[in-house]
Amino acid sequence: MSMMQVEALGKKFGGLNAVEDLSFEIPAGSVYSIIGPNGAGKTTLLNLLTGVYRPSSGRIRFDGQDLSGRAPHEFARHGIARTFQNLQVFFNMSALENVMVGRYLQERCGLASALLRFPRLARAERACREEAAELMRYVGLQDWLTAASDAMPYGALKRLEIARALATKPKLMLLDEPAAGLNPTEALALDDLIGRLAGRGVTVVLVEHNMKLVMGVSDQILVLDYGRKLAEGSAQAVRNDPKVIEAYLGSEIAHGAAYGEDIARAVAVAAEMHR
Amino acid sequence: MLARLASPRTGGLLALAVVIALLPLALSNKYFYDVAILVGLNAIVCIGLNLLIGYAGQISLGHAGFFGLGAYGSAVLASRYGWPPLAALLATTGAVAMLAYVVGRPILRLRGHYLAMATLGLGIIIFMIISTEDKFTGGPDGISVVPFSVAGFALQGERVWYWVVGALLLVAVWLGLNLIESPTGRALRALHSSEVGAEVVGINAAEHKLMVFVVSAVFASVAGSLAAHYSGFVTPSKVTFLHSIELVTMVVFGGLASTFGAVVGAVVLTTLPQLLAAFEDYEMMVFGAVMIGTMIFLPRGVVPSLARLLRPRRAGGAAGKDSLA
Repeated sequence: MSMMQVEALGKKFGGLNAVEDLSFEIPAGSVYSIIGPNGAGKTTLLNLLTGVYRPSSGRIRFDGQDLSGRAPHEFARHGIARTFQNLQVFFNMSALENVMVGRYLQERCGLASALLRFPRLARAERACREEAAELMRYVGLQDWLTAASDAMPYGALKRLEIARALATKPKLMLLDEPAAGLNPTEALALDDLIGRLAGRGVTVVLVEHNMKLVMGVSDQILVLDYGRKLAEGSAQAVRNDPKVIEAYLGSEIAHGAAYGEDIARAVAVAAEMHR
Repeated sequence: MLARLASPRTGGLLALAVVIALLPLALSNKYFYDVAILVGLNAIVCIGLNLLIGYAGQISLGHAGFFGLGAYGSAVLASRYGWPPLAALLATTGAVAMLAYVVGRPILRLRGHYLAMATLGLGIIIFMIISTEDKFTGGPDGISVVPFSVAGFALQGERVWYWVVGALLLVAVWLGLNLIESPTGRALRALHSSEVGAEVVGINAAEHKLMVFVVSAVFASVAGSLAAHYSGFVTPSKVTFLHSIELVTMVVFGGLASTFGAVVGAVVLTTLPQLLAAFEDYEMMVFGAVMIGTMIFLPRGVVPSLARLLRPRRAGGAAGKDSLA
């Protein structure tokens, strides 16, 4: 069964088609990756799939409901959560409070209840605090439970966003380049985390440049080029597709690495060299 | 239990209650009581305004307008039409809340300087209406207001008003602290930091901005109504743009996103002009110098800057860094 269906989706900025006539389906319970060269429209697509951008054309259906043109908070209400490539952490709050904000949909209360702090709210707040701490441990932030968010390093902030997104109890979670800026050890831990998310029954959409991560963890891969679908299929099918190699992998790893497994290996070597 | 007493919330409220309870020992005459009441009323406005500016990150340069509407609404209804003061206060508050809701809906879509200009315009329109509709408001001459009375008991004299305003100030601080520590308050702080980040966890940013705008207008309006009944007379001087700026300055001086900061800002910037009245010619100069000094040396405002200095360094952050690196 498909969790999200995208039909003929398009987004124009001025005269430029950032995403054009794009159709695909995200199967429930899978890890679905979106890859493509820089400027292929990956982040634009993610913004469309979470309501941050309004589509210029086409439809987005989620769980059978048409969400096209709705506001981001309505996407969230239907069970869609995301992280950001350029972090959107609430730096005016502690790490724990950031995750507590993620529980807004379950915790929200009326104005009178908030102003007068009814006993029921005080109890719910304590439970919220504990569940947020639990999520922080789940993503490996147990050492940062009392930290201010502006005192945390980049890698920890990326996990914090994942914990915040998880706190919304999403059915679908979109990760925008979660491995960017992480060292190989951290990237490996992320690989493990994504696997655990999928194991929890959360459908994961992954936009990522780290080929090793993508090839290892994805059930299905969508390849974008100039805002259009270039290829779609399993990791195996995609990395042997000559169109993909030419348009994407060929340009990214210009020298040497030819086909198939070699590409993943070349990326791994490159990553090693960066250490 | 001790830890709870030392928390900013319970401890702060307690400290404020003690200050309010003991202050009369130092208030040797009516004039001092008068200043204290003025401080309390300004502090109530500032607590509301700080929810909007400090926590939600939305500016308003028109809050003197809401203060003025509260004052004039109570004055006109109670004095011209003979409404019971409590009914006048409640009706006025309701009407101001509705106005803030209706006007806030379109203007809170604006951001930064544009929002500042729109709220500035709102304040000026309110001022113009109040100072020109002299049939109702008495125009520039002002209007006298009947004393506040509930069930035949009239609130009169500085001492009685001192306790009433002191109690209401405590309630205002309590409400402000409650709101900020609730899911709604976290939503406000979140959208201040990243609107898109808040939206994608399900927070309707526009709805929250509107709500806090209405709440802050209500705080200002209630303080305005009380000020009118207390002083027995209102003139348009408290509805001016200059007063809006004074209110914002109190909030910024005391410390954005700090409820106790708003109170401290109101205390300092309400009493300072009174102290400086002795050498009147230099009053504005000294006032300006104090402001510039604060902005340069304590840009976060007085209370957050002091809190930062006093806060013990936490071990958690440093330990965590090592284990993740």
